[in-house]
Amino acid sequence: MKRYSYFPGCSLTATAVAYGLSVEAVSEILAIELAELEDWTCCGSTPYSCFDELESVCIAGRNLALAEKTGLDLVTPCSACYSTLKRADSHLKAYPELRSQVSEIFQATGLEYQGKVKVRHLVDVLLNDVRPEEIEDKVVIPFDGLRVAPYYGCQLVRPDSSFDDPEYPQSLTRLITILGAEVTPFPLRSRCCGGTLIISETDVAVSMMRELLESAQSNGAECIVTVCPLCQTNLDVYQGMVNSKFKTSYDLPVLFLTQLMGMAFGIEPGALGLDRNVVSPGKVLAQHVAARA
Amino acid sequence: MANQAYQVTVEEDGFVDEVCSVPGGECVNWCVQCGMCAASCPSVSWMDHSPRKMIALIRAERRQDVLASNSMGFCASCYLCTVRCPKGVKVTELMHVLESLAVRHGVTNGRTATPAMHRAFVESVKSDGRIHEFGFMRRFYLKTNPLAALKMIPLGLKMFSHGRLPLRAKKAGGTDQLRAIVKKAEALGGAK
Repeated sequence: MKRYSYFPGCSLTATAVAYGLSVEAVSEILAIELAELEDWTCCGSTPYSCFDELESVCIAGRNLALAEKTGLDLVTPCSACYSTLKRADSHLKAYPELRSQVSEIFQATGLEYQGKVKVRHLVDVLLNDVRPEEIEDKVVIPFDGLRVAPYYGCQLVRPDSSFDDPEYPQSLTRLITILGAEVTPFPLRSRCCGGTLIISETDVAVSMMRELLESAQSNGAECIVTVCPLCQTNLDVYQGMVNSKFKTSYDLPVLFLTQLMGMAFGIEPGALGLDRNVVSPGKVLAQHVAARA
Repeated sequence: MANQAYQVTVEEDGFVDEVCSVPGGECVNWCVQCGMCAASCPSVSWMDHSPRKMIALIRAERRQDVLASNSMGFCASCYLCTVRCPKGVKVTELMHVLESLAVRHGVTNGRTATPAMHRAFVESVKSDGRIHEFGFMRRFYLKTNPLAALKMIPLGLKMFSHGRLPLRAKKAGGTDQLRAIVKKAEALGGAK
């Protein structure tokens, strides 16, 4: 049993509840124990660092200080939490003045940051702590011929990825092909979906999303697989908005990697939150279920 | 928009120093103005000034031109500029630094709603310890454009019907400690 301290992040309890469910279901099968960090709070994400530098590092640093006490690596499935927590950690190590300010603030509230916790993305764990055979062994219903566009988005691999290339990442290809699915070429696989600009500058984000959907579809993908709650929400929930704005007719299900993995492990769809997807993956997945029978 | 002429304002000393004093801001000194960041940026065409030009303006001490621009508001934080910069300038980080300085100076820009969205996000964190997405979006739309909120209703219903938009916020366990930290940070010079 591999043990980690687990930071789900805010989205996994709401817009990306399917990610939370499927991460838990898949981890259990792979004997990965994710012990939820007690009393974790929001990482602050990019909005907070645009608002105030010191506060943003404190907000993220609080979680680092809590995680440190467990002595375990801190694992998050959310790419935004991942990059935000790592940023706070590297800021605290790179800027002594900032660190002493944060220490002073923490001291008054009974916390201590020593810089000992390692922040990791779930993809890193699946790729480097779990052997490919361990995943393969659990595949009971392989996807034969399902064509998947692997979407990395930004913050999984940028600004500084420790386990993949920042512009031409490969990690998801390995994980998806173990499940028996095919990976299609996807030139825009690490380009931005617009992130939170979907809320404040909707037109900009919707234009970026159109390019991504076009890149995936024109390369023959039947679905998109992602590991970021925000990427999934944008491409799935707002796909209808792209269609009405650009008179397109994209109908691409956007799945979390763990949902795809869970299906291959034979987990019941409800336990993977497949009913939470707005663009229903039912038809595409059913075709491959039929092919298997 | 990127080539639009900007108004020449009175030079104010000390802006480079101010930017450099915020962690992440010191990188403006390393820039060689090659323009790789501008060429890589997916939203540069919506910006008043490209990231490269923003750095040039900072170094020309043009505080007002920089802080009142909409450029930070269109940064999607994709970090493509950062990984491509041949000099290691953390351009995305710099955009965040600049927006936080605009907050501090009370400089606003009417042509981007992003700073208001960021503020709504921050308020949601301070109130519940975690982001309550429905509350955060409601806060944002009421502040900026309540009519736009009406347009978002079908989308909200879609999310709600798929069980992805809980309407009630639940205060997270660590919220009180988080609030105490924020209060102390404000006392030490953080934003209000």
